[in-house]
Amino acid sequence: MHNKSVAELSKELESGKISSLELTQQFLDRLKREDGKYNSFITISDEQALAEAESADEMRAAGKATVWTGVPFAHKDIFCTNGVRTSCGSKMLENFVPPYDATVTEKFKAAGAVCLGKTNMDEFAMGSSNESSFFGAVTNPWGLSNGEKRVPGGSSGGSAAAVAARLVPAATGTDTGGSIRQPAALCGITGLKPTYGRVSRYGMIAFASSLDQGGPMARSAEDAALMMNVMAGFDPKDSTCIDRDVPDYTATLNEPLKGLKIGLPKEYFSEQLSPAMEEQVRNAVREYEKLGATVKEVSLPNAKLAIAAYYVIAPAEASANLSRFDGVRYGYRCADPKDLMDMYTRTRAEGFGNEVKRRILVGSYALSAGYFDAYYLKAQKVRRLIQQDFINAFKEVDVLMSPVTPSPAFIQGEKTTDPVSMYLEDVFTIAINLAGIPAMSVPAGFVDGLPVGLQIIGDYFSEARLLNAAHQFQQVTDWHQREPQ
Amino acid sequence: MQWDIVIGLEIHVQLATKTKIFSGSSTAFGAEPNTQANAVDLAMPGTLPVPNEQAFRYAVMFGLATNAEIGRRSMFERKNYFYPDLPKGYQTTQLAQPIVGPGHVDIDLADGTNKRVRIHHAHLEEDAGKSLHEDYHGMSGIDLNRAGTPLIEVVTEPDMNTAEEAVAFAKKLHSLVTSLGICDGDMSQGSMRFDVNISLKPKGSETLGTRTETKNLNSFRFMEQAIAHEVERQMDILEDGGTIIQETRLYNGDRDESRSMRSKEEANDYRYFPCPDLLPVEIDDAFIEDARARLPELPDARKARFKEQYGLNDYDAGVLSGDAKLSAFFEETMAHGKDAKLAANWIQGEFSARLNAEEKSVAESPISGAQLGALVTRIADNTVSSAGAKKVFEALWSGENDNVDAIIDAKGLKQVSDTGALESMVDEVLAGMPDQVAQYQGEEDPKKRKKMLGGFMGPLMKASKGQGNPKLFNEILVRKLGD
Repeated sequence: MHNKSVAELSKELESGKISSLELTQQFLDRLKREDGKYNSFITISDEQALAEAESADEMRAAGKATVWTGVPFAHKDIFCTNGVRTSCGSKMLENFVPPYDATVTEKFKAAGAVCLGKTNMDEFAMGSSNESSFFGAVTNPWGLSNGEKRVPGGSSGGSAAAVAARLVPAATGTDTGGSIRQPAALCGITGLKPTYGRVSRYGMIAFASSLDQGGPMARSAEDAALMMNVMAGFDPKDSTCIDRDVPDYTATLNEPLKGLKIGLPKEYFSEQLSPAMEEQVRNAVREYEKLGATVKEVSLPNAKLAIAAYYVIAPAEASANLSRFDGVRYGYRCADPKDLMDMYTRTRAEGFGNEVKRRILVGSYALSAGYFDAYYLKAQKVRRLIQQDFINAFKEVDVLMSPVTPSPAFIQGEKTTDPVSMYLEDVFTIAINLAGIPAMSVPAGFVDGLPVGLQIIGDYFSEARLLNAAHQFQQVTDWHQREPQ
Repeated sequence: MQWDIVIGLEIHVQLATKTKIFSGSSTAFGAEPNTQANAVDLAMPGTLPVPNEQAFRYAVMFGLATNAEIGRRSMFERKNYFYPDLPKGYQTTQLAQPIVGPGHVDIDLADGTNKRVRIHHAHLEEDAGKSLHEDYHGMSGIDLNRAGTPLIEVVTEPDMNTAEEAVAFAKKLHSLVTSLGICDGDMSQGSMRFDVNISLKPKGSETLGTRTETKNLNSFRFMEQAIAHEVERQMDILEDGGTIIQETRLYNGDRDESRSMRSKEEANDYRYFPCPDLLPVEIDDAFIEDARARLPELPDARKARFKEQYGLNDYDAGVLSGDAKLSAFFEETMAHGKDAKLAANWIQGEFSARLNAEEKSVAESPISGAQLGALVTRIADNTVSSAGAKKVFEALWSGENDNVDAIIDAKGLKQVSDTGALESMVDEVLAGMPDQVAQYQGEEDPKKRKKMLGGFMGPLMKASKGQGNPKLFNEILVRKLGD
């Protein structure tokens, strides 16, 4: 069962061959047995999962089942789940149990999906290797057979590892600078970062509000489309959510790709990319040509500024977003504070990890009197230039294709002492968040036995087209079906 | 040395919306602590703000009423600082693009002149919660019921030069926002709070001096005292050759003292930046026209109408039109009583004095305008004397009886206006006071004579058991005593 897709599990349940309760129990047993190797879950919520499975079976008996009814999956531990601890990978929220659901959580509940638990992540989604989690690093299922402990990428590394290891068929993720696509690429699964505003951010703990976007992580484009059918849509509780019709993302998966115009941004095929990686990406593009697509080179002249702009804007927003963790109302509070200032400083010094503190400091500095214009305002100007680059590119082509990462999954600990090299992990993904457009990571080959991702970037609200392009690719390749040993 | 005083005001006005500016919690005052704070108000992780349209409407109405430009694109910034009653660690406010741009308000001064005070801008923002420092055994309690209550902060130009002008402006603003119905105006509950910026400069100088800001004054009286206090403090320093430090000060009205809260050097760097959770709000023509259509009669127009419609003098019209609730009370009184001057006197006299003595607002008055109108009618038609009317008022106020005529009957307050009966009482009293009669008739000065006339009234009222019509007694007296 654990190798089946969401679509396949849904059919099993529909046929009555297995109940959701049985299926959920099987998945829970396997999850508890196997996850010691990966540490991909922070919380396994058996009790709630079994209760949800029971209601799912009742829903089905009442003839009210959806595709998702009774299907197990997991949430990244950044989505608030009523009654189930939501830690965001931080000591600060180690014991935080929200009394409310995120909108995304609510939507999966309404569809009857069964959440097995909360997946590990970089603390407050800040990281590209899942090593900044208070609950310990996550190990990539790929490379373990050689005795290597490699990173799964981050920040949605727990979701990516859990899906790759077949612990769950699908999991939610969030992407602020590449946090869905980069781990999807490093773990050989399929991930989509939707257009900013397509998926509600309500109840999704904020890192950088103008960049954060929730999205699906699954093994196939078809399953990602099924997730999008649940996740996407307007939410009156999120003022930045866009009120626009949601298509059935599965309806267009089988559209032929003949005539699809693909652009290859020359800046994304630079010296940062290893030749072996480039070969895999170019092979994938050739598959698209075989499917009838045409390919041309395009330019994103300001792409090189993306990392610098991002590391001003994201920390600036984070510095304010994380001010609420002050020990006053919920979450961690230091022991025996002697006065208010002592409570603030020790609560935050003890409750936040190093990467989070680094970004709060950077962000506060960038917003300080005298520096605001030079950093924050300049970064916003760069952001508009980057956005314009993409708008221009989409006048010429339908989608852009590129690598997701410069290299495959690296060994744990390799980059932890060098934040800048860690930040460069997202060199091909960050500009997409700054522009607010959607992009996918699709398994597209291997280098040294480690998965390589192909990034497919689209214009605003082109998720259906991206999923269609990914699905067609997955009909003629089997990279997404490879299983780590 | 002669000094010019320069005063500018910042006024926080709580908007009377039913729910908070970015959440659906109630804004009602006085509930148990933290019972009106939901996940958004508590800044629980992942929660997001959703703007309250009514707060924007109220702000636009304020802008229209102060002849201001309306900001067509309204943006919110985050103002970052840590405080236990500020749940998010930042206040959502407006800096670069406030909803209300430059405008002005005209104020009437005691000498009959008026003055224009320019408003620099007014912006929307959220209120903080409250820290409670009593009853928690050395700890502080936090009540977040107020957190997220919508405010407009009105910032004036430094156009006022005396405490009188500043207070006149503050009262005018109070009158405006209560008339608009966008604020309940209840200053004791913090619905309007004033910060006063004061500086001094040598008389006639063009250059402004260093200013101080005295924060959080919540009554007109404290504001007046605080200004007087701060002007004197600055004057003492300057005349001793000292310099004023730019700082924020707190004034203690009960002790008439002030102390420094923080200097400019200690001021927070608020690290303002645009709030990424809120998109800029576009205010279009339709929204503005809708707000304009909702504007009620404003105090200036009302004052003019009171003069015209009721024949009130400038002073009475000014007082009665100033407060929206008082205006409504006056008009209700006039609907049941025909004498405007009498009604005006009673409202500004007995009625206001009782409200003040019992610290009640007009809305809390136990007497309705209709009742006061009925009483005014009975005074005007000579059914009761003013002394009797006070007894009727008392009975209405205490709730003893709610009908004016019934009270007059029950208490036997009906005046004797039968001239025959009154004449014989006058004859009787004058016969018993021959010396005073002679003294009166020997006096040349009309003023003194008038005063002496009062000496006969006491015994007359006594003789009539308080029921003789004083006006008629007076007429009869003058006639009988002769010239």
